Amino acid sequence: MSTKASRSAARLMLAPAVILLLGWMLVPLTLTLIFSFQRYLPLRGGFQGWVGFENYVRFVTSSAFWPSVQATVIIVGGVLLITVTLGILLAILLDQPMWGQGMVRILVIAPFFVMPTVSGLVWKNMFMDPNNGLLSHLWRSFGADPIIWLSDASMLSIILIVSWQWLPFATLILLTAIQSLDSEQLEAAEMDGAPVLSRFWHIILPHLSRAITIVILIQTIFLLAIFAEIFVTTQGSFGTRTLTYLIFQRVLESQNVGLGSAGGIYAVILANIFALFLMRIVGKNLDR
Amino acid sequence: MGQIVLEKVTKSFGDVTVIPPLDLTIEDGEFAVFVGPSGCGKSTLLRLIAGLEDVSSGEIRIDGKESASIPPAKRGLAMVFQSYALYPHMTVRKNIAFPLRMAGLDKAEQDRRVEQAAAVLNLTDYLERRPGQLSGGQRQRVAIGRAIVREPAAFLFDEPLSNLDAALRVGMRLEISELHNRLKTTMIYVTHDQVEAMTMADKIVVLRAGHIEQVGSPLELYKAPRNLFVAGFIGSPKMNLIEGAEAAKHNAKTIGIRPEHISISATEGRWSGVVGVSEHLGSDTFFHVQETGLGETLTVRADGEVNFRHGDRIFLTPRDDVMHRFDDKGLRIA
Repeated sequence: MSTKASRSAARLMLAPAVILLLGWMLVPLTLTLIFSFQRYLPLRGGFQGWVGFENYVRFVTSSAFWPSVQATVIIVGGVLLITVTLGILLAILLDQPMWGQGMVRILVIAPFFVMPTVSGLVWKNMFMDPNNGLLSHLWRSFGADPIIWLSDASMLSIILIVSWQWLPFATLILLTAIQSLDSEQLEAAEMDGAPVLSRFWHIILPHLSRAITIVILIQTIFLLAIFAEIFVTTQGSFGTRTLTYLIFQRVLESQNVGLGSAGGIYAVILANIFALFLMRIVGKNLDR
Repeated sequence: MGQIVLEKVTKSFGDVTVIPPLDLTIEDGEFAVFVGPSGCGKSTLLRLIAGLEDVSSGEIRIDGKESASIPPAKRGLAMVFQSYALYPHMTVRKNIAFPLRMAGLDKAEQDRRVEQAAAVLNLTDYLERRPGQLSGGQRQRVAIGRAIVREPAAFLFDEPLSNLDAALRVGMRLEISELHNRLKTTMIYVTHDQVEAMTMADKIVVLRAGHIEQVGSPLELYKAPRNLFVAGFIGSPKMNLIEGAEAAKHNAKTIGIRPEHISISATEGRWSGVVGVSEHLGSDTFFHVQETGLGETLTVRADGEVNFRHGDRIFLTPRDDVMHRFDDKGLRIA
């Protein structure tokens, strides 16, 4: 991109993508903003006038708001904890030379290709069903009473399902990071008298720190918006109503588009605060 | 303190034998250089001594103690790697202190030893930097510092200078030699560069395909190479090796004469030839002489002042007293 001609050509060629992206993002965002200042009830008379910030105040002061934020944080935090920890261990395991390595790696990645709705239903009906689920059979074979997963351990169930979906992603990114570790560094540490655990703690983990921040960043952004897994399993009951799910309920179940839109704007702000915060950390990590 | 003895050591990877049975003794305080073309097994041999690879059979004794079965950290050896293998997320201070930290030394003792090593290696000003902020030569010194602080029985160097540019390489060569003179610790140094071998070693071990071709001091190898391989490998530029009728005159299959042992004249001499490329180094000039009738291009060293042009006909006379003779098997005839 050195000459003037090539620079303007580059801009010209980028333009369609940028315009499409902006339109894709800006149109829905503007519509949401507009709705959020209206009293708009599609089944009860539609547009009923501008109400200023009333929707915003109502959304936050509703008794469902803070529990939903809490549920969101617990789900995001839990899934991150499980996927990053298991992801590191799996990545180390998959990095070892073994028979059928390619096949095993593809199998490990497979859950990522399953649609959220499908995986939610598979878990609900094949694993967590209190009568016929595999888990209840397992519990019974040990003589224990099966857990009624989706109502008694609803939060844990959702976290498990979502973790299962995102573990491949974490593993894949961390595996490529581990593969880029210079083996001489590990050998040097071995000569320096570092036992296996010290080598993991002092060499491998710091080497993975960038990859871990990237996994956390990307996953957080996607996890804030999980919906299908909750929709097909608990439907937001038993304490699993996240912010996203609350907004959905406000718009489609209560048919209050204005109120839901205000919630949507809150979610956008929240996600951006998260993203900004995480970008800072990633930026700091990438600077080194 | 740091005598290293290898006895009938072998190494195979699957069906491929990299090191056939090999015996070697490196005395305490010696600077031993393993030299050979790439793929000759010299790095493998070093890694066997370090313990980073297991021997397939045979014994390694360090300080008289059987070591082939003990883990690398317990052998009391320190290694400097080709890529330096510094820990990129740690400062220079932490890098150098790492082996001490792993050994569980207290903080004050760690600091004392790190400061001492840094002073020896001119790294005091860089202790708080990270490896990424250092030049190649400085990184090299940090790697050496990390090896020094452990006060090992022997140092192992795996082609440590191959990532440096030519000028730095000469400087680091001197520094490592100086370090050896000061510490008087056994050092084993692997390189494919015969200049490094000649200038640094007390003892050179020439390897080919896992076999030891010759062991000796640099001058022994230079003056009396045991076979054609060593003759061609040691010395720069390479020794001229001549076969055929001229060799038969000296009752040999092959005769070898070094470029510096041929005198050059414009008027008379035993052989004649045409000057090809000439390389002027200032102090010396190397002429590549063609059409000598000996079947080979001869390399001849002359004084820097001597000036023949491309295409000039010149006359050459080898010094018979320093001529090397080799038999059909390529072995030296005494």
